[in-house]
Amino acid sequence: MSATVLRLKEYKVYYKTFTGIVRAVDGVDLEVRRGEVLGIIGESGCGKSTMVQSLVLPKPPMFIAGGSAKLLGEIDLAKIDSNKRREVLLKNIALIPQYVMDALPAIKKIKVFIKDLAKDKGVEYEELVEKFVERLKLVNLPREVLDMYPIQLSGGMKQRVVISIATLFNPDLLIADEPTSALDVVTQRYVLELLRDLVNQKIAGSLMFITHDIASIRQIADRIATMYAGKIVEVGPLENVVSSPLHPYTAMLIKSVPTVEQSYKATRLSGLAGSPPSLINPPPGCRFHPRCPYAMDVCRREEPPMIEVEKGRFVACWLYAKK
Amino acid sequence: MSESIIKLENVSKTFRLGLLGKTVIKAVDRVNMEIRKGETLGILGESGSGKSTIAKMILKIYSPSYGRILYRGRDIKEFKGSKGLKEYYRHVQGVFQDPYASFNPRRRVLDVLRDVMKNYYPTLPPEDIDREISTALEKVGLNISEVAGRYPHEFSGGQLQRLSIARALLVKPEVIIADEPVSMIDASTRIDILNIFIDLKETEGLTVAIIGHDLGLTRYASDRVVVLYRGQIVEEGPAEILNEPSHPYTQMLAKAIPRIDKKWDSKIEYGVGSLALGATGVGCVFADRCPYAMDICRREEPPMVDLGKAKVKCWLYTKK
Repeated sequence: MSATVLRLKEYKVYYKTFTGIVRAVDGVDLEVRRGEVLGIIGESGCGKSTMVQSLVLPKPPMFIAGGSAKLLGEIDLAKIDSNKRREVLLKNIALIPQYVMDALPAIKKIKVFIKDLAKDKGVEYEELVEKFVERLKLVNLPREVLDMYPIQLSGGMKQRVVISIATLFNPDLLIADEPTSALDVVTQRYVLELLRDLVNQKIAGSLMFITHDIASIRQIADRIATMYAGKIVEVGPLENVVSSPLHPYTAMLIKSVPTVEQSYKATRLSGLAGSPPSLINPPPGCRFHPRCPYAMDVCRREEPPMIEVEKGRFVACWLYAKK
Repeated sequence: MSESIIKLENVSKTFRLGLLGKTVIKAVDRVNMEIRKGETLGILGESGSGKSTIAKMILKIYSPSYGRILYRGRDIKEFKGSKGLKEYYRHVQGVFQDPYASFNPRRRVLDVLRDVMKNYYPTLPPEDIDREISTALEKVGLNISEVAGRYPHEFSGGQLQRLSIARALLVKPEVIIADEPVSMIDASTRIDILNIFIDLKETEGLTVAIIGHDLGLTRYASDRVVVLYRGQIVEEGPAEILNEPSHPYTQMLAKAIPRIDKKWDSKIEYGVGSLALGATGVGCVFADRCPYAMDICRREEPPMVDLGKAKVKCWLYTKK
């Protein structure tokens, strides 16, 4: 079994709009390894959701504009046709979307949904239902859910039903796109621990977790990748990145998180200044230079290369380039 | 102690569910609380705790089923009809969770702000209207020139939330009720939105109630806090009580917070938790999820115990 579950090379996903081409994902190199939780962090509009959605189901006006996305070393998600895509969906790759509310048809009983799924995947319904009930047990839900309609479930319960479905066929790659942003802190912790557990138990081969909340992914990830304006700017082991971030942007993201005991009376904190650039006409050179406190001449002119600063720690920043 | 601007006296709100309205949910259960002049009050709780229902009652979107709500000693029921409501909203304004839903997507944001001004100050000349809008925008860190001509989709979530605060400020209210103002925007910009409320409080004496489910952010922005669980206040006091919470539910909230400086180190007993919403009527509302639940907790409702700083509704703290 391959150690690399997914490898993105020069991967590009654009949108066609009236005002021009939006380069939402613009040349991403990234690897997801078996058994790991990889956290992708970045602000809204950095392309992180587009990147993972395009892997599962690229829908117009979104289109894959270049590069490759090899799953298990052979299936190129950037090139496969819709039949092949349906085949790999859930079996090899599965997505837990941000808005679980829309993920299930509201007025179809859960068991009818499972029945349709069994037909679609060419497996026995009875067998699949038993597996589903097994998964429900894992997420702390009773068998009775089968006879319920999605509208009868709370946000946290729906989230767990979607997780049960997404892991039915033990996918090699499970992708969670901001799965906890709509949940309360207690439910959020439950879901995060559950997702980590699914990887530990090898029910999911690996997990790619997309979030704008670095404090939450900090709890379960093995590695972290920072995305900015359509590009990956830093990748490294979790503890290293959190305790000594290399890229100025990662450092700013970490600093914008308040610690728990602080009051405004003691220290006035500030969030991340500025906002991400337009992806129709991104700034030349390093895309972060207009917001970067360390920007130099070269940053405005040339795009920084990805440099391996120490083993396993990568950063795309001129501050680390050898003179 | 400073005067109370908004006061809830024994307020309950029940909803009827189902086709025949047979299921009654107590979303808010005998709540007593006040919002004091010039403070930031944090109202903390999870979904289903009744925190948004309280906001909607104060904003006269719902009316209480029992009890009453006072604005400067006057029952807010008395503000009725379009004239009465308008008068009330001159004093009390709301900011809501979803900034994308707060503006009509088909209208330019500046036109929406102008309409608010025309509605409240019909005789004001257009240049004065724009000057007032400009002042309100500056208070939230925006500039009228960057807003002019633009539609809601051209702004980020954080910017839209700033715009909703500016809109609330146009009528120069005394109180703003902010219902989860930061839960739908990027983690990295949440602090800045909270800072706007804190600045307004400090520079202009604005009174703000901030509703949320994040204990860390509530701790940061509040002078006082009330913690709600299934419609009831279970703990209240100055914001520093959140550093060492007394109620088992508040303790659970504190443990669930993801911290940037370390991984979760203590386990949470999630408890089975009933699927019922609202207060159930017997015993303590938290008993079925509480790791310390005793017999008495399932039988009798705990009293509110005064611990000095904090007040906590829990049998663990009653004298034997």
